[in-house]
Amino acid sequence: MRALTALYAREWRTARRIGGGASVGAVFFLILVAMMPFALGPDLRLLAKLGPAILWIAALLSTLLGLDRLFQADAEDGSLDLICHASAPLEAIVLVKCAAHWTTSILPLVVAAPLFGLMLAMDGPALGLTTLTLLAGTPALTMIGAIGAALTASLRRGGLLMAVLVLPLAIPVLIFGVAAASAASGGLVPFATPFAVLTGLTLFTLAAAPFACAAAIRGVRE
Amino acid sequence: MRLSAENLGLERGGRRLFAGLSFTASAGEALVVTGPNGAGKSSLLRAIAGFLPLGEGRVTFEGGELEECVHYLGHADALKSALTARENLDFWAALLGGTPGLVAPALARLGLPHVADFPVRALSAGQKRRVALARLLVAPRPLWLLDEPTTALDVGAQALFGDVMRAHLAQGGVILAATHAPLGLERAREIRLEGARQIAFGDMA
Repeated sequence: MRALTALYAREWRTARRIGGGASVGAVFFLILVAMMPFALGPDLRLLAKLGPAILWIAALLSTLLGLDRLFQADAEDGSLDLICHASAPLEAIVLVKCAAHWTTSILPLVVAAPLFGLMLAMDGPALGLTTLTLLAGTPALTMIGAIGAALTASLRRGGLLMAVLVLPLAIPVLIFGVAAASAASGGLVPFATPFAVLTGLTLFTLAAAPFACAAAIRGVRE
Repeated sequence: MRLSAENLGLERGGRRLFAGLSFTASAGEALVVTGPNGAGKSSLLRAIAGFLPLGEGRVTFEGGELEECVHYLGHADALKSALTARENLDFWAALLGGTPGLVAPALARLGLPHVADFPVRALSAGQKRRVALARLLVAPRPLWLLDEPTTALDVGAQALFGDVMRAHLAQGGVILAATHAPLGLERAREIRLEGARQIAFGDMA
């Protein structure tokens, strides 16, 4: 347990000091959202209707930003080898690294989402539900992304390859996330059904992805 | 405690590095792996550490789970440049099952107390190497696998690290080191990898 808290503290400190992670992700998120009205035109009703989908797509792309460095940075400086010799299991270590990444880089996006949603003319309930679905769904995106990050850890230019590997796997999360978020603004299904599936996807990836990541790290190292 | 290797063979990228390599090391013994560049010294250490699959043969370690009894020191220092030397060592002490109380003595032993609270990116290559070597002391583990441990160290630090290694052997540890430079271990046995399959054994003078 001490090993895992020390790992979380190290990831947190590294992310805070190097910077880039949280702030750049949030700025990227803001830029994506701000560009949408320019592309779609000033029709407020259309923007409000598309709002949840826009926020979800923007969150998905921002999540990928920085995720490629999750294991690559440790692979480059030699830490990843030694982490395999830790007194804690590699699966638990992967889970803690993902938790640290989510709290430093993704949670700020979720917090900023209702603010940015205002720019899309979304009303109160829609903002609330979208933020709630992002809170429930982004851990799944992080865990799926971590599998791609583990597979490309030893590649110098693995970032784009990671995105190509991960984005198709993120489709179910996107479908149920947007379906639940749209419920407030006249979606096709009531909120509870897709939200339950979304939460289920998150729980499933939290349980399964650490094993996939650990297997990938053990398998691809040189 | 005993490390034994039987009939090890390793290939990298279709090229055979060595085959039929056997050796044992008991508590208090040091083995030094020598040979020209590309002979497979680093690969041998990485294979024993479990980072590379062994082509042939097997490694057995009596005295515990190998993964939790081994320190591996590679070419990379495994330090986060944004964190201070002390923070890096605190982390490794916790992760590798050491105690926080060992960090300050380890820094002192390697002559680093004055730079302990500087970010690692501000340290010189030799100082980074000293911090990496201090990692060996913050979590007591019996088997040390050292790949060119004295790279970038000045003469004083090399002598200092010689003392550290001798103290580890005196406490019943085992050292397997790949090196080009003499490490100052008097009774170390030598495993010489000659490149094309030939393996010689000898005593280090």
